[in-house]
Amino acid sequence: MSPTTGTRSRTDYSGGLSRVVRHPLFWPLVALAVLLLANTVYSPDFLAISVLDGHLFGAPIDILRNSAPLLLVALGMTLVIATRGIDLSVGATVAIAGAVSLSFIASSPNPGAVSTVLVAMGIALLLCLFLGVWNGLLVSVVGIQPIIATLILMTAGRGIAMLITEGQITTVTSAPFKTLGSGFWLGLPVAALVALGVYALVAALTRRTALGMLVESVGINPSASRLAGVKARTIVWTVFALSGLFSGLAGLILASNVMAADANNAGLFIELDAILAVVIGGTSLQGGKFSLSGTLVGVFIITTLTLTVTIVGVSPLVTPLFKAVVVIAVTLLQSPVVREKLAARSRRRAARPEEVAA
Amino acid sequence: MTNHETATRPVVEMTGISIEFPGVKALDQVDFRLFPGEVHALMGENGAGKSTLIKALTGVYGIDAGEILVSGTPHRFSGPGEAQDAGVATVYQEVNLCDNLSVAENIMLGHEPRRLGAINWRATRREAARHLSTMGLDIDPSSSLGSHSIAVQQLVAISRAMVVDAKVLILDEPTSSLDADEVAQLFAVVRRLRNDGVAILFVSHFIEQVYEISDRMTVLRNGRLVGEHLVSEMGRLELVSTMIGRSMEVLEDLHVRTDHAVDPTDGAAPFIQTVGLGRKGSVQPFDLEVYPGEVVGLAGLLGSGRTEVARLLSGADRADTGTTRVKDAPTRLRNPRAAIAEGIAFSSEDRKLEGVVGDLTVRENMVLGLQAGRGWMRRVPAKQVDEIVDRYMTALNIRPANPDALLRNLSGGNQQKVLLARWLATAPELFILDEPTRGIDVGAKAEIQKLVADLAAKGMAVVFISAELEEVLRLSHRIAVMRDREKVAEITNSEDVGVDDVVELIASGGGR
Repeated sequence: MSPTTGTRSRTDYSGGLSRVVRHPLFWPLVALAVLLLANTVYSPDFLAISVLDGHLFGAPIDILRNSAPLLLVALGMTLVIATRGIDLSVGATVAIAGAVSLSFIASSPNPGAVSTVLVAMGIALLLCLFLGVWNGLLVSVVGIQPIIATLILMTAGRGIAMLITEGQITTVTSAPFKTLGSGFWLGLPVAALVALGVYALVAALTRRTALGMLVESVGINPSASRLAGVKARTIVWTVFALSGLFSGLAGLILASNVMAADANNAGLFIELDAILAVVIGGTSLQGGKFSLSGTLVGVFIITTLTLTVTIVGVSPLVTPLFKAVVVIAVTLLQSPVVREKLAARSRRRAARPEEVAA
Repeated sequence: MTNHETATRPVVEMTGISIEFPGVKALDQVDFRLFPGEVHALMGENGAGKSTLIKALTGVYGIDAGEILVSGTPHRFSGPGEAQDAGVATVYQEVNLCDNLSVAENIMLGHEPRRLGAINWRATRREAARHLSTMGLDIDPSSSLGSHSIAVQQLVAISRAMVVDAKVLILDEPTSSLDADEVAQLFAVVRRLRNDGVAILFVSHFIEQVYEISDRMTVLRNGRLVGEHLVSEMGRLELVSTMIGRSMEVLEDLHVRTDHAVDPTDGAAPFIQTVGLGRKGSVQPFDLEVYPGEVVGLAGLLGSGRTEVARLLSGADRADTGTTRVKDAPTRLRNPRAAIAEGIAFSSEDRKLEGVVGDLTVRENMVLGLQAGRGWMRRVPAKQVDEIVDRYMTALNIRPANPDALLRNLSGGNQQKVLLARWLATAPELFILDEPTRGIDVGAKAEIQKLVADLAAKGMAVVFISAELEEVLRLSHRIAVMRDREKVAEITNSEDVGVDDVVELIASGGGR
């Protein structure tokens, strides 16, 4: 190979590479790949998928299914955060959705009927939508800061769930309801299909209509948006309502997984995982630009991490620490300051050979 | 008084400074020197590299090539703090102080006298008072900064810079939100500091102010040094053509004037008519009519109520007394949306806070107003978006001509043009422009003035607000004079009306 072509191909390569590296999803994807790789080192058939009874089985499928509730919660959280808000009440909403649906099924004369299950889910979702509307009212009309407004429901919500279950852990047997959390359709977990379906729907809703742009506009500059005629109040209200609705759906999936309504522990700390997933995905907590695909990757990272902890055999005592280290690494790689430093270093390194050549 | 050419050594000497951003050569081999005891103006259009040069000096940006000498020793500051330690202090256009702290705290922050490790508050206030009195400012150091006018805050910012005994004081657009008296007050301080031997670097878009205060000037264009001149040896026309690098053609355009022979009020119905419209604590009730095809100028000092009138007309603020009729039908402009629905567009004076959505693209910013009017469900069709973008990119000469660039990366003048495009895309019948030409360069200014005249000629009603009376006179058919938050006079413009007449009206309060 002649020296000239060698140089050219090298620059082309580095130009393309730097574009890939600068892509906002690059480091989250690397983190996910590293996690998956680490797992295959510990258990070589980690990525293997087998077919059993016409269903797919394996760790990747588990990750897909376990991601479903978190993905639903994180989708709503992404939109809320994009408008400069935050929703701390999602965990409580998850608990309420489980409590309402299972209590309804348990008290109905025919728990195994599809119609009962549908009505139960309908009631739970409507209630959660209402809870989201309540949050939106406090934030956009009354003008309470989002963190305080949703803190109200975060604390009150579990109390409400306790009232509904009368302090018991309600357990039921209902085959149709169990399908949502543990069933399969076309070989894939129903929960994952539902969550991915909602993801596709939200992506279409935000990018095919103008909702995404208006949400970002309100998040970036609320005063300018108001003067431009954007209905900021309606937008903020809408995203909180969606966050409530999606959390409700997540609550149904979690309840159906264990077939028990545990007012105290269902969806505990899911708000923190959701916020983490959003941040790992590259959406700034300062509001503005949001990335749904980033959130998707963030959710997969967190679920894989949780699974890794069990597979690698990290002691449950240090699990939170282990999680924290991974999260710090990913967020550091995304921080503009660190990126700037890395870019400056690679620029200097790239500049040096040129000087020699000149 | 300022014979710096004598054996004095420059306190700042920058040679061969180059800075490159991805795809842009922001500074290219620029030399710059600053002598003690002079006021040195840095001149150039938006994007010429003035801010970049200042940021290179104060260490905000690292330089790719060149050398910076401060007091004869080479420096490469890693940040403004380090520059300040070496005696280079900066006061920015937007006052970077804390509104909620006291004046004394703001001045002394980080330099408080201490006793046994704790801050000695009495000594702090005493020190602050001493610095304030050297500025000729007689205010209570324990009062909160936010309670003072922008001009006083500006002077407090300078006091703060002088706490560290700065040898070099950089003033970046310090006068852009000051009225004439406040500018005089600021300049008195600047002169005193200069006579004490401080080197002052002054950046301003107001050419008259540059001539009033500066001794020497350095002109930049497109990141290159064009020349260094004594102010007394450089004519205004010559300066402007050096800055824009084009000769008289643009200046010709500066003489756009609306045709005063046409009287739009003749026999037509007003587009908007207010009777006793007012808002408590904002502006006294006023009557105003604007006709289609007419430019109504609002003249008055800063804080005279001109912006408040615009905000009531555009629904940005809600009136609490009076009535508004739009096209002869009673209307309540409860919020900006209601006004937009009536065909009223409002370009705010505060571009950064109330106009620019920085992280969205130029394209998105342009269609934002139109899209907001349609609601989120009905997206503006891609074809229509492209048409709007194409039309206004060319018509308003927006640079760079890249609709996918983020708006925050454009210069002030181009941001302003994008915002004008946002409003024009909504096809307004009344366009309220509050200070549309503030802080933008001569070329863009002329283009915007021409646009306003053209829009009116095509039948749009326009309300035009500017601190520059020449500009108001040049464009308006009628002028409403504001003073002390009250409309005090209204005159029909003609060739015979001059700046002096309007100034007199403002001064006399319309004979009241």
